[in-house]
Amino acid sequence: MKFSTRLLIASSAFAAAFSLTHCKSGGGDTIKIGEFASLTGKEATFGTSSHEGTLLAIEELNAAGGVLGKKLELLTEDDQTKAGEPANAVNKLISKDGVVAILGEVASSRSLEAAPICQQNKIPMISPASTNPSVTKVGDHIFRVCFTDTFQGAALANFASGTLKAKKVAILTDVKSDYSKGLAKNFKEKFTAGGGQIGSELDFNGGDKDFKGQLTSIKDNAPDAIFLPGYYNDVALICIQAKQLGITAPIFGGDGWESESLLTIGKDAMNGNYFSTHCAVDQGTPEMAKFVEAYKKRFNGKTPDAMAVLGYDSALVLADAMKRSGTTESAALRKAVAETKDFAGASGKITLNEDRDALKALVFIKIENGAFKYTATVNP
Amino acid sequence: MHFLQQAINGLGLGAIYALIALGYTMVYGVLRFINFAHSDVLMLGAFTGLYAAPRIQKLCGAESVTGAILVFIVAAAVCALIGMTIERLAYRPLRNRPKLTVLITAIGVSLLIEFTGQNEKVFGSAPQAFPKLLSEKSIQMGSLLISSNDLITIVVTIVLLVAMWFIVQKTRMGTAMRAVSFNQQAAALMGVPVDRVISFTFGLGSALAAIAGILYAMKAPSIEPLMGVQPGLRAFVAAVLGGIGNLPGAVLGGVLLGLLETFAGGNEYLSTYRDAIAFGILILILLFKPAGLLGRATIEKV
Repeated sequence: MKFSTRLLIASSAFAAAFSLTHCKSGGGDTIKIGEFASLTGKEATFGTSSHEGTLLAIEELNAAGGVLGKKLELLTEDDQTKAGEPANAVNKLISKDGVVAILGEVASSRSLEAAPICQQNKIPMISPASTNPSVTKVGDHIFRVCFTDTFQGAALANFASGTLKAKKVAILTDVKSDYSKGLAKNFKEKFTAGGGQIGSELDFNGGDKDFKGQLTSIKDNAPDAIFLPGYYNDVALICIQAKQLGITAPIFGGDGWESESLLTIGKDAMNGNYFSTHCAVDQGTPEMAKFVEAYKKRFNGKTPDAMAVLGYDSALVLADAMKRSGTTESAALRKAVAETKDFAGASGKITLNEDRDALKALVFIKIENGAFKYTATVNP
Repeated sequence: MHFLQQAINGLGLGAIYALIALGYTMVYGVLRFINFAHSDVLMLGAFTGLYAAPRIQKLCGAESVTGAILVFIVAAAVCALIGMTIERLAYRPLRNRPKLTVLITAIGVSLLIEFTGQNEKVFGSAPQAFPKLLSEKSIQMGSLLISSNDLITIVVTIVLLVAMWFIVQKTRMGTAMRAVSFNQQAAALMGVPVDRVISFTFGLGSALAAIAGILYAMKAPSIEPLMGVQPGLRAFVAAVLGGIGNLPGAVLGGVLLGLLETFAGGNEYLSTYRDAIAFGILILILLFKPAGLLGRATIEKV
């Protein structure tokens, strides 16, 4: 199923605040922004969350009068969590719809697929949450508003040896995912450099349903903790089967765990495990509180996750660059995005470095009694 | 101990493959074609369980044994009907056409079910959490740990295998199935109701797929419309490995594949190549025994 929405937003709140004639700005007077996200499929909560965050940002910007005197028009394409689809989506957005910039994706493998196309067409692309270092290395038009796995891997290595007091860690990697492989590599480098020992290293294929072969082997090796850099759907199944095999060592991972589905599928098997992510909705900053309130109001009381926060920030960073450059012309816009400094996003202060990556803090979440609980913040 | 634990893990997985493979092999035995929609019937079985479980658990209490058995029966019945409907609508009109036509139709039916299921108004393509049918316990035997899930899977498979053997060898319908498998035209001339026999075969195979689907969903409680593709492919391979058309062969093939995958997955150097190794060994076996492990040219099929 091909899901595509064309959203010309004139929200009801806006209509109430301004006169109706003001609303009816013609189709040519909008700034088109493209978005590709995994709205359906295996990692549907990633795309749904980031899309809702982005949508909220665009609606708020339009309600406040738009950008450069024009309304923003968000064109969203669903890549169905499938390899091959991001390229189709981004090609269509650029060549058919003529968007001035692209927002997306959460998963690194899919961002890596779209990035060369954006780079080739000189269209700025901002990824909300792809953490694999190679994403922005594709070229000078590719940005992200999150940290990279070089930082996350190091933070997780410190967490394993510091908080978990683990001397021997087993690693279970998803060989189908660039994110998983990259994070595993960064973790391993830092953890072994700090004197830690890697017990056993095993692989699985994202989408597998049986992990008992790998887990039995890990159990035999008796590690102090298990590092599982995967996406939530696989992670939940792995934790369930680990529990069945009587594995008691804590399992921990990165921001790929961030999803409500982790708890609905994994249930009590998730308790006592940890993951790092971009931000926590209860971290207590005013920008975050404002975002959470607006999000809940817009999406029927739903609590946002980190992907929603980053989706929101990615759109705001883009709009901010448009305002600063005063144009949507590619070269000027690219330069303005690159110059983003101390921008107050919902997730925290965003400054893009020379590698076009954001330097941001990371938070650790513990899963307790079937709920996510914020435990600590690590600054870069 | 490590070896024994892995063997149990492999059996738990292989038993599910075996159940699915039985469906492939039975239909092949009777009709000489591969029903590619079989793996999607498995998925429909799991989704029937997803929708039926909360209603049944309301009546019988959560995680009760009666409730679980009822869920299995409901899913098996629904899928038997679906299987027979597919045969009636898609395969029967093509019975006297070249086998390739039916094969392509089977692929078409499979894709139709998969993509209809992915529609947001049907199941949607995002994985959904499968409810707990039974509380999970692990049985400790020395350093061995057997999860109740694996035990149930293995027991259910053995019971069904014995039941299948009984149906095929000892009942009138089974005799008719073997007759149709041996020679369809001659069987028809002898008064065997060929259409009914074929319909029954599809119903039986689909019921097994439904049960396998629920067992699979209990093992990995996150289900989606494409969940049947992977186990379906493996079970098809298992059926060929054991000798397609041969019932004990399907079970042997399934168990063997489950064991191979588990042992490869548990090896630090081989886990990346888990599927490649399992399928590589399969190619080797077929090179030396083209009819499969238990396949004997054309002596007895069903």
